[in-house]
Amino acid sequence: MANLTMIQAITEALDQEMARDEKVLIFGEDVGKNGGVFRATQGLFDKYGEDRVSDTPLAESGIGGMAFGLAVQGFRPVMEIQFFGFVFEVMDSIVGQMARTSYRMGGKLNLPAVVRSPFGGGVHTPEMHADSLEGLMAQSPGLKVVIPSNPYDAKGLLTSAIRDEDPVVFLEHMKLYRSFRDEVPEEQYTVPLGKANVSKEGSDVTVVAYGYMVREALKAAEELEKDDVSVEVIDLRTVSPIDYETVVKSVEKTGRMVMVQEAQRQAGVGNTVISEVSQRAILSLEAPIGFVTAPDTVYPFGQVENIWLPSAKDITEAIKETVEF
Amino acid sequence: MAKQPVDYEALLSSVEASFPMVQILDKDGKIVNEDIMPDLSDDELVELMRRMVWSRVLHDRSMALARQGRLGFYAPTMGQEASQLASHFAFKKQDWFYPGYRDVPQLIQHGLPVSQAFLWSRGHVEGNNYPDDLHAIPPQIIIGAQFIQAMGNAVGQKMAKKEDEVTFTYTGDGGSSQGDVYEGMNFAGRYKAPVVFFIQNNGYAISTPREKQSAAMTLAQKSAAAGIPGIQVDGMDPLAVYAVTKQARDWAVAGNGPVLIETITSRFGPHSTSGDDPTRYREQDSFDYWEQRDPLIRFRKFLEEKGLWSEKQEEELIEKTKEEIKQAAKEADQAPKMLISDFLKNMYQEPGQNIKEQIEKYEAKESK
Repeated sequence: MANLTMIQAITEALDQEMARDEKVLIFGEDVGKNGGVFRATQGLFDKYGEDRVSDTPLAESGIGGMAFGLAVQGFRPVMEIQFFGFVFEVMDSIVGQMARTSYRMGGKLNLPAVVRSPFGGGVHTPEMHADSLEGLMAQSPGLKVVIPSNPYDAKGLLTSAIRDEDPVVFLEHMKLYRSFRDEVPEEQYTVPLGKANVSKEGSDVTVVAYGYMVREALKAAEELEKDDVSVEVIDLRTVSPIDYETVVKSVEKTGRMVMVQEAQRQAGVGNTVISEVSQRAILSLEAPIGFVTAPDTVYPFGQVENIWLPSAKDITEAIKETVEF
Repeated sequence: MAKQPVDYEALLSSVEASFPMVQILDKDGKIVNEDIMPDLSDDELVELMRRMVWSRVLHDRSMALARQGRLGFYAPTMGQEASQLASHFAFKKQDWFYPGYRDVPQLIQHGLPVSQAFLWSRGHVEGNNYPDDLHAIPPQIIIGAQFIQAMGNAVGQKMAKKEDEVTFTYTGDGGSSQGDVYEGMNFAGRYKAPVVFFIQNNGYAISTPREKQSAAMTLAQKSAAAGIPGIQVDGMDPLAVYAVTKQARDWAVAGNGPVLIETITSRFGPHSTSGDDPTRYREQDSFDYWEQRDPLIRFRKFLEEKGLWSEKQEEELIEKTKEEIKQAAKEADQAPKMLISDFLKNMYQEPGQNIKEQIEKYEAKESK
């Protein structure tokens, strides 16, 4: 066991998977000598050489096309989009091409590519760097969309993503990269895709979250312990496909639910979860489902992002409202 | 007045002068450039003619089938036979092909049964159930996307140290304006990937004429910005198209990286069978000019002169091809009915809860 930050856990997952399978290739902007702008690929260029860890020209669409062609040739490409706000430049490759391949080819050709990218608010990035765009991805059948909330999960989920036979978008919240450490086994292990995790057990209300919001939800849950409110926190881990079974089971137990996402309120992952829970477990609900989100504006200017982003305080209020209904 | 630092006009004309159009056979079937005549045997010359005639018949029959409602989307190819079939003639079975949607004739020559090409056109999944030895993916619909994918494919071939194997792909004059076309060439140059890129300049992107795509005087010169060789070739001249393609393939196989080839060609008919009327945007003069340059006319004259081709031979080939196409269309009619549950099964190799639940739901419906 080592005490690792999430970025270190990610590097370790990439390193060990590259050592295990020579078909794994890493490429993107500045991922070589520089080790990526967040150092996710630190040391891999020196260890595996520039054929397997390569700096591409600065063009996201080209990077996506390269991943597609390499996967057709039997490689396991792990491409990096430097910041997920730049995904619009490569939407066709991901959503128009990779996501559709297995369907288009009658299941005969699959596309085992991983799209890794940092995203998320609260670290004072310039415009177009921090947006939560997972909803755009999750709306595309054919993709899997994975968002870890801690170092242990990050290593196990990324290992699964690279081994997975389908295209996986792997989103890494920037605020989680170095904010805390976790015990992470040195040996390789996998955390299954498409399975939610009960991060904290509780009996009064279910809070469903993913990514950085799991941290805020856990803070809220701890705060509410003082008021004798027992909160169960579910970390979706994968936002497409969603593990409704785990969510519904929890809601049936607690009878109350609050959905939390960092993204804006309109459309998106949270609404999908709420809709499915309403259809599957309405008779178990004793209160309307709460929904904590950012407001429906464009991602805000840097100086006000912490007012805009949902916080433990917002979650605490929403839980109270639901419990006291 | 002080002298200007750079002579812009001289600069522009020097660029244009760097991309002259390669021609071997003129419109009357006469050799005008003996020096670069490709090394093709008589049998190979005849085979190339057979493929071009075959493609013209495929075009004619496809138009007829489309009129009868027996084809779905179809992009006519008449006029582009040299550009398409003579370029494909220089590639090998093991080469990987990333076609645009007008490149169905080359895809069939590369190994796709005609019946499957028809099924693809109709929107049937069996059309994409490729034979294992067919190194291709289905025709690209997003203009330009095939250039970046072909690049990635070629980077993979290079990584896997595949000898005597390249990737080739086509777009059009309209496609040359897409960012992906530049990104594909630029990445391929940076990775020295063995890929041959084609821009089939047939004069029109649906209705938009070539001169409205770009101020660049040739499209071949777009290669210069990526640091790769670019060649402009008479796309109505099968010998020139074959010769420049062969050279490009050899260059790529030798590890020198990609090449861009612009074929100057013409689409004699509409953009597609979905209601396009070319007389809305093209003068009669343009049709006349290009029809005189028909690749079949000049290659027929050339081969007849050599005693390698006859009217009778061509008629027999046309009848035989028509029959083959008729059979293929019949075969396509026999394709099994598609099921939504199968689509759901094809979405993922390892599906999630939503897909599993929906498979159950649709299977129940379908078994009623």
